[in-house]
Amino acid sequence: MNATITTPRQVLASGSRRQGLRARRRRALLWVATHALAVALALMFLAPVVFIGLTALMSDQQALTSDLWPHEWSWANFAEVFEKSALLRWAGNTFLYATLATLFTVVSSVPTAYALARFRFRGRRAAFLLVVTAMMLPPQVVAVPIYLVWARLGLTGTLWPLILPTLLGDAFSIFLLRQFLLTIPRDYTDAARVDGCTDLMTLLKVILPMARPAVAAVALFQFFYCWNDYYGPLLYAGVEQRDLTLSLGLATFKAFHSVQWNLTMAATLLVTAPVIVVFFLAQRVFIEGVTLTGVKG
Amino acid sequence: MSALSHGLPHRRLRDREGLRALVWLAPWLTGVAIFFVYPLLSTVYFSFHRYDMYTLEFTGLDNYRYLLHDPRVRTSAANTLWLVAVMVPATVLFSLALAQLVVRLKAGAGLFRTIFYLPSLVPAAAGTITFVFLLNPATGPWNQFLALFGIRGPDWFGDPAWSKPSLTLLSLWGCGQLMVIFMAALLDVPRHLYEAAAIDGAGPWRQFRSVTLPAIAPVLMFSLVTNVIYALQYFSQAMIASRVASGVTDSPGSSFTPGYPEESLLTLPQWLFQVGFRDYTMGYACVLALLLFAASMIFTLLLLRQFRRAGEVS
Repeated sequence: MNATITTPRQVLASGSRRQGLRARRRRALLWVATHALAVALALMFLAPVVFIGLTALMSDQQALTSDLWPHEWSWANFAEVFEKSALLRWAGNTFLYATLATLFTVVSSVPTAYALARFRFRGRRAAFLLVVTAMMLPPQVVAVPIYLVWARLGLTGTLWPLILPTLLGDAFSIFLLRQFLLTIPRDYTDAARVDGCTDLMTLLKVILPMARPAVAAVALFQFFYCWNDYYGPLLYAGVEQRDLTLSLGLATFKAFHSVQWNLTMAATLLVTAPVIVVFFLAQRVFIEGVTLTGVKG
Repeated sequence: MSALSHGLPHRRLRDREGLRALVWLAPWLTGVAIFFVYPLLSTVYFSFHRYDMYTLEFTGLDNYRYLLHDPRVRTSAANTLWLVAVMVPATVLFSLALAQLVVRLKAGAGLFRTIFYLPSLVPAAAGTITFVFLLNPATGPWNQFLALFGIRGPDWFGDPAWSKPSLTLLSLWGCGQLMVIFMAALLDVPRHLYEAAAIDGAGPWRQFRSVTLPAIAPVLMFSLVTNVIYALQYFSQAMIASRVASGVTDSPGSSFTPGYPEESLLTLPQWLFQVGFRDYTMGYACVLALLLFAASMIFTLLLLRQFRRAGEVS
């Protein structure tokens, strides 16, 4: 009967210490497991890029074998891509398309989104539904009549049919900007109104400075969309090598310029590199912008 | 009385604001008329005609009748449906799992997020060519990797049974955008809900089902529907994969049949493109366009209902 009396408090203390230890060990195990899984997945995500790089640096003979590591590093492959193809012309065409389309999109979509987000008017709801419908419309659905119009205007064989429509707004950009502008409290615009600002001044002086991240995101998305676009240029760009864009040229590169994979991979790397560089320069804008695209439902 | 005296100036204000809105929206409305309403009506008109850019001939329902007998419509619709039913759910689930993993990381979360996000920026042409190379059975590294475990890899982009799964792998690799969207949604779930659930003895699965899933359901639905609509438009990757894997170029005049191998990658938009812009049977292409429009409208309406339910439109 000489039992030691343990107070409830002690029981609790030792129990929680043991539990704490177990919990901590479990947490440590979980930590290791999740991070190991992340490392494994990251390696798989990076592997394609590594193999592009390695293959791009192989000699012609070696590129025909199943070797994975270059015996000699053929840096000249990159120069050969420029010699054999019109890569610089492609880049120039793509850059012109992407830059003009981005500029036009921002200039035309910001006022539209502003009107949709700020003004109260009958049909405001319908207008928003129209934005979403236009955004979701597969481009192929209306391709035939639009193509015929551009053909009549003599602009097929150029990239203008892809650039000019952005002067009248881009549905996805309008949608994204509207979502962002709705988060700006009305008080700001009301105050501007009281101070005698016109709509345009309110947009330029009050709204735009606050909407900078959204505008930057829209500009980047539009630029990347055009830079990566394949379907649009396939429909409208000319058929000569000098008329192509990067995506078009790259898609036919292997058939036209190279039997082996090494030059094709070098070209692939050259086309992808600018995108990656821009990403690292503007990483925050991207992540915030993407987050914006997923908002609400 | 007060309602009247309040109502009148308010209504006038509203009307004036309506006029201002009209002025501001005019360019965009013009764009909608030119690039949406007109071509849609025009597509309906052409669908009853035979048109090759030179002669226009009324043919009644012939194009629609042909639709029922065109074997390639069945093939391409089935392929597009496969993408909707397999590729989209696989990509959405994988992105969600990846997001769940990254938000749990204590060390290097930013680095991992960047690594998983980056491939989604790679141009479709570059990504597709990369995967055709990685998975090519002759010199590609992936099958060599599988061989280490004694697995004989398939012919991926050269095998009709494996070509769509190959594109699905490409889609998983490029799931970064979705992952970032899901990460934001997951981080928005109030922490105290998890704590409450844990006190109630809910395990990880139960917590996911009872706390996470309801909280991210709107975002999940939105992503699912938009990705289904993107899958209906799926074009570039399939076409580039066919071209590079078959080694045939598609300059007008060359005999490139899309969908290599064996039309397993022939999607509906590709068939439309072939019919309209390579064979120049534009009337029939318009019938295919209307088919695609009907399919995408079903999902667009779903999306609009979502917006309405979330009170987005007011």
